[in-house]
Amino acid sequence: MMPRHVDGNALAGPLSDLFAFDVTCASGRCVGCGDVTVLARAMVYEDEMGFVARCHLCDSMLLTVVRTADGAWLDLQGISGLHVAL
Amino acid sequence: MGIISRGFSGRSREHNPDLPPGQYLAEDFPVLSAGPTPDIDTADWSFRVQTESGKQYTWSWDEMQALGLEEIHTDIHCVTRWSKLGTSWRGISLDKIFAGIETENAYVMAHSYGGYTTNVPLEDLLDGKAWIATEYDGEPLDPEHGGPARLLVPHLYFWKSAKWVNGLRMMETDDPGFWEQNGYHLYGDPWLEQRYW
Ligand SMILES: [Zn+2]
Repeated sequence: MMPRHVDGNALAGPLSDLFAFDVTCASGRCVGCGDVTVLARAMVYEDEMGFVARCHLCDSMLLTVVRTADGAWLDLQGISGLHVAL
Repeated sequence: MGIISRGFSGRSREHNPDLPPGQYLAEDFPVLSAGPTPDIDTADWSFRVQTESGKQYTWSWDEMQALGLEEIHTDIHCVTRWSKLGTSWRGISLDKIFAGIETENAYVMAHSYGGYTTNVPLEDLLDGKAWIATEYDGEPLDPEHGGPARLLVPHLYFWKSAKWVNGLRMMETDDPGFWEQNGYHLYGDPWLEQRYW
């Protein structure tokens, strides 16, 4: 494996247009391994097609962000819960 | 030689008839990917086609190469707007792979090492339109470009040419693959600019 990722703070940019809170400070539960951790710790891969964040422990896909012509697609398929400090 | 000005060479890149709408010519070959690059030894590589009956057809690396490599010269068009014209590949025609396969299904989900998927109609994989590519520009396909083998379906946007491909699963309906679930077009014809839903 040749890692080519950056840390979860890279999500702040693409997700700041979608959420009023700083999503990198939110905690998510990984569907793959159950780990609960702040998204800033995720491994973020910037594909040409979009952003993919993976669990720092088990490498499962946590979320995907795709910017399209008229908006953004957010898929939280790998996060079973998101805790936002208010 | 070399004195003729650019004006005499005819068309500007914007008017290049080989460029689909909204594309520009790329000099390099971007290699970003959605996960760690899988490191697959050809000795461990295998390729599987699974049909609706549950039957599985498998090929080892050597068995796949024994089907025969073809030279492929083609343009490729990425949905992120770069195109590369006149690329050279070698690969195994999917016509050879499907020659002995019985299926009534019209759709295919391509699967890759690393879990990536993409959907393609079967007819887009047949009649000399698609390959399992194992060489690029005269060299074995390197892992960053999807090696040891990637799907090559150059008449569709390049995300359909799944990197690190390891199998095809026949489908009754045109179910969306990984990027297609997340906003990208189900079919992806570059000449019709089918980028997003
Ligand atoms: Zn995990």
